[in-house]
Amino acid sequence: MPTVLLLGAGSDMAVAIARRFAAAQYDIQLAGRQAAALRPLQQDLQIRYGITATVHSFDATAYDTHADFLAALPVTPDITVCAFGYLGDQEQAQHDWQEASRILHANFTGAVSVLNVIANVYEAKKAGMIVGISSVAGERGRQSNYIYGSAKAGFTAYLSGLRNRLFRSGVHVMSVQPGFVNTRMTQHLTLPPLLTAQPEQVARVVFKAVQRKKNVLFVKWPWRYIMLIIKLIPEPIFKKLKL
Amino acid sequence: MQKRLANWGNYPAITSEESAYTQEEQLRSFVVANHGFIARGNGRCYGDASLGKHSLSMLRYDKVLSFDTTAGVLETQAGVTLDQILDIIVPKGWFLPVTPGTKFITVGGAVASDVHGKNHHLEGAFSGHITEMDVIIGDGTTVTCSPDRHTDLYWATCGGMGLTGVITRVKFGLKKMETAYIKQKQIKARNLEEVVRLFDEYKHYTYSMAWIDCLQKGDSFGRSILIVGEHATKAELNGKQAQAPLQLPSKPRLTVPFNLPSFILNTFTVKAFNWLYYGKNFKKEINNVVPYEPFFYPLDAILHWNRGYGKAGFIQYQFVLSLDQKDGLIAILRRISEKGWGSFLAVLKVFGRQDSLISFPMEGYTLALDFPVRKGLFEFLDELDEIVLQYGGRLYLSKDARMKQDVFWKSYPNAERFAEIVKAYNPGKRFESLQSERLLLTK
Repeated sequence: MPTVLLLGAGSDMAVAIARRFAAAQYDIQLAGRQAAALRPLQQDLQIRYGITATVHSFDATAYDTHADFLAALPVTPDITVCAFGYLGDQEQAQHDWQEASRILHANFTGAVSVLNVIANVYEAKKAGMIVGISSVAGERGRQSNYIYGSAKAGFTAYLSGLRNRLFRSGVHVMSVQPGFVNTRMTQHLTLPPLLTAQPEQVARVVFKAVQRKKNVLFVKWPWRYIMLIIKLIPEPIFKKLKL
Repeated sequence: MQKRLANWGNYPAITSEESAYTQEEQLRSFVVANHGFIARGNGRCYGDASLGKHSLSMLRYDKVLSFDTTAGVLETQAGVTLDQILDIIVPKGWFLPVTPGTKFITVGGAVASDVHGKNHHLEGAFSGHITEMDVIIGDGTTVTCSPDRHTDLYWATCGGMGLTGVITRVKFGLKKMETAYIKQKQIKARNLEEVVRLFDEYKHYTYSMAWIDCLQKGDSFGRSILIVGEHATKAELNGKQAQAPLQLPSKPRLTVPFNLPSFILNTFTVKAFNWLYYGKNFKKEINNVVPYEPFFYPLDAILHWNRGYGKAGFIQYQFVLSLDQKDGLIAILRRISEKGWGSFLAVLKVFGRQDSLISFPMEGYTLALDFPVRKGLFEFLDELDEIVLQYGGRLYLSKDARMKQDVFWKSYPNAERFAEIVKAYNPGKRFESLQSERLLLTK
């Protein structure tokens, strides 16, 4: 059976994605910082869907470990989903480098480090798929979350470059721009219901898009146009807006 | 996140701050850091038991932890719904030991309400099938309790409406079955006398309940259909059913997409519905084999059927009276038929013996009725409460949204003892719902 590796498997979105693929009989590799916390999900996937699920310890910011981490997996995954991320606190990050660097490393450098290793493996094999969960926040910097946004912008650019590079080897790279998702990460925010997806919806859409090898995926269609409009606002006007 | 919340009856509706967690450590920190909140499952209780200014949604705490397919024991986190469990266990030849009339409730909710099913007279309530469970109590510690460990916490948690703590993990026994089908028998009863006699005659059946037309008067007063059933054996299936005895045919689901205007429900429409329902059974007795879903969950087939009662919502009124108080049952049904406020759904069932601290069931008759919220309803229900009290009965907390304090304290014989235990595990009202405030359950 094909295998999916989930990097950052503890997030609500990753749980939903794991279940969606497991329901289609994919085996699942769950990777996260607190491996013990992933055991209940491992049991759940095996009991509900009768597939094999394994748990692996993974730290996005421990760059030196990434090659060994991948080499140690029981099988090379057919699909790698990069689902970790850290929203952080914009205001705090403006004054506190610790917080700013946490945001940058969790969302950008960590992702680049681990995907670099995977990309090389897939390129050599001439097979594989990488799914990167980025964010609409990366489409244009806004005062309310530009540190997170800039890290995601970097990640989006990285994924598009990687897609361009790996196309020749038959390796597909998909970028996902979920927009607002009702998860633990956002539970302290008040989100507009029509623009907010449930993790299960993200999972459904991602699963379908993987089968169809989409390049860039907006989970809720209005986001594509909202972000287009936001990108089209001329800078002299944009800088005066409170976004 | 601020959210508009209501339970299945759509009454009351409130704005609540909602939090949700996926790991025990996070739940523990939340419990220690907060006050005045209530754990909440899928919102399928009818009234205000799982509503609070602050609510802790358990729906993401939904992992299945172990399933012993030989002994039939399942262990899950509290937020898993019975619906999800059935998908896992039925194909392996197991069934829920006890199930209420909807499968869209969580395991935590099943414990907090100590739900009963059509088999209560023989197999008891949900609490009778739990081998152990974990509860995070007021000081943030996880206590594992069972019928032999921390028994005070165990019995106050079963039926305790989430007031002893946050139920996180439940391990319970399942029931072996050969097929996903039920061999059912439906018998028409001309009146209340007859249905009560039939209940007695068919009490050896595992599952039983009766649907009552409560708008009838005179000779037909209490006319009803008794429905009894057993899990079908492989030998009792034919054709397609026999080829895949543990697989159910799939069906499209219907839904009520919005709240219907409330004028649609009136005496005339309810009478017409009941006439059709009673009349559809031409024969005195029908025997057939049906999938388990329509037998146990007839209303789940219509998602959001609660919207049929309009925006104001409805009250489900469920009471129990001991077996020797049949007169009380007659008195209440008479009141309803005089008033002409019948409900679509009037379900009668006989409970068996159950010793419990605060759970609803006791040996006797239980009747569940739906009433759309309208002017004069609460006064009318207060009158019914008086009759229930007079005959020594009580109301189901999971369906209650309006009973007065004294009705609760007079009708639950262990109320004082329950309140003491709650106080020990929940000091300073850490766990609190609209219902617990209204009834002073955490005084």
